[in-house]
Order: sequence, then structure tokens, then C-alpha cells
Amino acid sequence: MLSVTGVTKAFGGIAALREAQFSADTRRITGIIGPNGAGKSTLLYVVGGLITPDAGKVMLDGEDITELPPFKRAHLGLVRTFQISRELSELTVLENLLLARPGQSGETIWKNFFLPGRVRAEEEAAIERACAILERVGLRHLADNPARALSGGQKKLLELCRALMIDPKIILLDEPGAGVSPPMRVQISEVIRSLRDEGVTFVIIEHDMDMIARLCDRVYVFAEGKNLTDGSFSDIVADQRVIDAYLGGLD
Amino acid sequence: MVSYLVTILSLVAIISILGLALNLQWGLCGMVNFGIAGFFALGAYTAALVDLAGAGTLVATVAAAAVCGIACALVALVSLRLSDEYLAILTLGFGEVVRLVVLNEEWLTHGSLGLPGIPRPFWGLIPEEQYEYWFLGMLGGVILLLFLALEKLLRSPFGRAIRAVREDDVVAATLGKDVVKLRVKVFALGGVIIGIAGAFHSFYMTYIDPSQFSAILTAYVFMAVIAGGRASNSGLLLGSVGLMAVIEGTRFLKDIFNIFDATQLSAIRLILIGLGLILLLIFRPQGCFAEYRLKIKKPEKEPRKASVQTETRTT
Repeated sequence: MLSVTGVTKAFGGIAALREAQFSADTRRITGIIGPNGAGKSTLLYVVGGLITPDAGKVMLDGEDITELPPFKRAHLGLVRTFQISRELSELTVLENLLLARPGQSGETIWKNFFLPGRVRAEEEAAIERACAILERVGLRHLADNPARALSGGQKKLLELCRALMIDPKIILLDEPGAGVSPPMRVQISEVIRSLRDEGVTFVIIEHDMDMIARLCDRVYVFAEGKNLTDGSFSDIVADQRVIDAYLGGLD
Repeated sequence: MVSYLVTILSLVAIISILGLALNLQWGLCGMVNFGIAGFFALGAYTAALVDLAGAGTLVATVAAAAVCGIACALVALVSLRLSDEYLAILTLGFGEVVRLVVLNEEWLTHGSLGLPGIPRPFWGLIPEEQYEYWFLGMLGGVILLLFLALEKLLRSPFGRAIRAVREDDVVAATLGKDVVKLRVKVFALGGVIIGIAGAFHSFYMTYIDPSQFSAILTAYVFMAVIAGGRASNSGLLLGSVGLMAVIEGTRFLKDIFNIFDATQLSAIRLILIGLGLILLLIFRPQGCFAEYRLKIKKPEKEPRKASVQTETRTT
């Protein structure tokens, strides 16, 4: 289980997060919504380790990971995608996936020369796994293309596939539906849901309420860097405060 | 004429070794090294001093490789907390520091007088009149070994990881790569290769002085890498041969166009090289060869796919 408590972060004089907290239950999809500037992305950066909070704690399965660098979080099975796709454009689709495979002996220089058998065996296993993942989301035929040649939606899928290569416990998705065509959005939702059923925990930031309604087991609403409310999707849409926050607080 | 060619090829070989190092650091990992001339001088002087002290050429080469590797690792470590551009400034500064130290620490380097009489490898075992050929052969062997090793590395998961760091270090980190460690390793490995080049330069020249390590050398190495195709080692070899052909070939312009004097011609040579590079970047910006990309075979052939479809239809 992932839990975030009392996270505060200011950029200069602007408080992006004030005492923010949420927890993501294992094998569940947790949604984070809120109007622009609510601090959702900052929160995800804190969980992913790219921003260190001024105060507060990030705990993963009882372990304090607040200060852990991002690459070590990945080793614990915590991985994220980005709001604007960050594909490694000059690498092929397949290479993008292979890169994410943890524990490759071939990433140590000398092992390539002295343990070539092991490196090759691992590489073949990684390729097999990558192809299976690509097959599942329908990108298998693009495996050899450079990642920059993909469409916006395909890049989002690629990021998700890349995250899967590390056999993650938790995937953080920053707006998986942004800039993606509606049919692709449905496809991405399908993939997320079937992965949840296989035991992956998700935290999703999204503006598309249909997607949130379809996917999320629990939704947290943020506004101006603070928790507003949380609960099931039907609970929070009935909440007057949420409506006010989205419409700019008409009080 | 033959010995002239051998000389040129030896110089091409040394530039190529430097190019292989830059291709690793900058081509594959995106780490700009504007201090190549400085690291090269460091390697050459280390090798020369160790060799002159009587330790032998092998020990001298290893010492040069080690000193340059450590120097590169330190420079990379210092710049890690800064953004990418600062590595360029830092390496440029390092090169200048090396030049000034070499020029002024006369007790060690003899300043601008240089170090003469550097012993050569296998000198005395090979007949003197054939030595140049053997030396070129040795250089060829070194390049072949480095080339094969680097090609293997380029195609390995390590190569993939450093290309990913070049593309986007944040993504590489979120996918579990220790970016700091990778960068330091790459820069140090490049330094080791530059050190080897420096040692061979000392052995080849037998006399070194600060004027041999001017900043234009760094520019030549960059040109070779850009012309050949960034991140492609075979492209680089072609690039350095091509570059040297232009640099040396333009010397003979004075035999054809006797209206220019020597000074004008040397200026025209640089103009021609610049022009060539600009034209190349306009018409073939990716260089002669593209970078290696992993390719796998297509999943399944069309007929089989079609049969699967008909099966599902009939059931």
C-alpha cells in the first residue's frame, strides 16, 4: 500500500501542496482529480521522487521512501508515466521496453565481455516479455520503429508498456487520457482495468470524468493544493464543494 | 610518397581513437567534451614522463589510460549537479588548465621546450626502416580492438541505457537506471580511450610540446564524429579518414592554383573544411551512417494471421 501524509511543497512563495494526503490501496485504482493548479502533478512528482517535499511522508508498504531517489523507487516496483509523453524518441519501441527491464547483467560493462551467455539469455527473455506486452496492447507490429514515429495515443500506451516491464507493484499515471483519441482512451482504460485485475495498483490523475468513473475504485479531490474530499465517484460528484471547486467557488 | 601516406594514416589512426572516445561520451551518452585536446595532452605527457623514467611503454600506456580515466571521472562528478551545458564549459576549462600547467610547470614538462627522446614500443626489435609500418600496424590493431569492444558495448543493455540517458535522463531514472553512475562510467571509459590515444601520440612523435595539443584538435575530432554520423563507430572511422583527406589533400592546392601564396592557401583550406561540414549538415544532417538500433523479425507472416482469422470466423 502506498500512503502519502502531510505533504507540503512550496515553489518560491507559492504553495503547490499544503498538507496533502492520500493512500492507494493494493490492487485498486485510485483517482486524483481537481481543477488546474490543484497540485495533482506536483503530488505525483513527490510520489515518484522527482520532487522532494518540504514536509510530509511517502510510505510504500510500511517503508519510508520520501528521500529515496527515483531509480531506487523503480527497484521497489513504483513507476510513473508522464502527462506529456516522454518516449525515448531515438530508441525503437522495443528498445524503450527493454530498457525498463530490471536486473540486466548487460548493463554492467565487464559482464558483456566475460558473461556473454548470461547477458544473451537475459536479453532473449526480456525481448520475449516485451513482445508479449506489445502484442497485448496491439503495438507489436511497430516494435522496430523509432518511438518518435508513434501517434500521441500510442506513445501513452508505450509509456504504460514500459512501466509494465519492471513488473511494477504500483503505476502512477499522469493524465493517461490527455491528447488521446476517444477509441484509444477506451483501449487504454481496458488495459488498465485488466492489469488491476492481475494485481497492479494504480494511481491516476485525469481530467476525463468518464475515464475516472469507469476506472476508479476511490477518488481524491484536490483544490488549491489541499485535500477537498474523497470517496467513491458517485459520492464525490454529489458533493457541492467539488462542484464549487470546479466552477471556481461561487460562494 | 609511401612514407608520407603512412604518416598521414598514423595521424588519422590517432584522431580515430579520440573519435571513438568522443562517440562514446557525446554520441551515445550526450556528454559534451570540449576538453579533448586537454585530456589528450594529459595522456601524452603522462605516458611520456612514465616512459622517460624507464618504466617501459606498456606501463606508460596503462598509466596514461588510468590518469585520463580518473581525470574524466572527476570532471564528470563535479559537473553532475549542474545541467548538461556546464559539462561543456567545465571540459573546456579543464583543457585550458592542462595547457597552462604543461606550459608553466617546467620542472616537470620542460614548458614550451617539450619532452624529447620518448622511447618507442618494440624499438630495436624491428628494423628501423620498417618501424613506421609496424607502428601503423600496431595502431590499426588498437583501433580494431577498441572498435570491436565498443560495438559490442553499443549493442548491449549498457549501450541502450546510456542512449536512454542521452534522450531523457529523467525517464531513465524513473525506469530504475542510476543515471549518475552511468554518466561517470561513460566519461571515465572515454577518458581511458583518450589516454591510450595520448600515449600512442607520444610514442609516435618521440617528442612532444604544448603546441601539438591546440584546441583545433578538439574541433577536428568533433568534425569527424559529426561527419561520420553521431553514435556510429563505423561512420566515425569513415569521418576521420574523410576529414584527414580534406585537410591533407588541400595542401596540394598550391600545385594546382599557383596564384595563391602559402598563407592564403592555409586560410582557404580552413574555409573549405568549414564549407564541407556545412554542406554535409544541410544535405545529410544525420551523418554518413545512422546509429545502431535493435531490430527483431516481424512477428508472424500474413498467411498465418489470415488462417487464424478464418478459423475464428468458422467457429
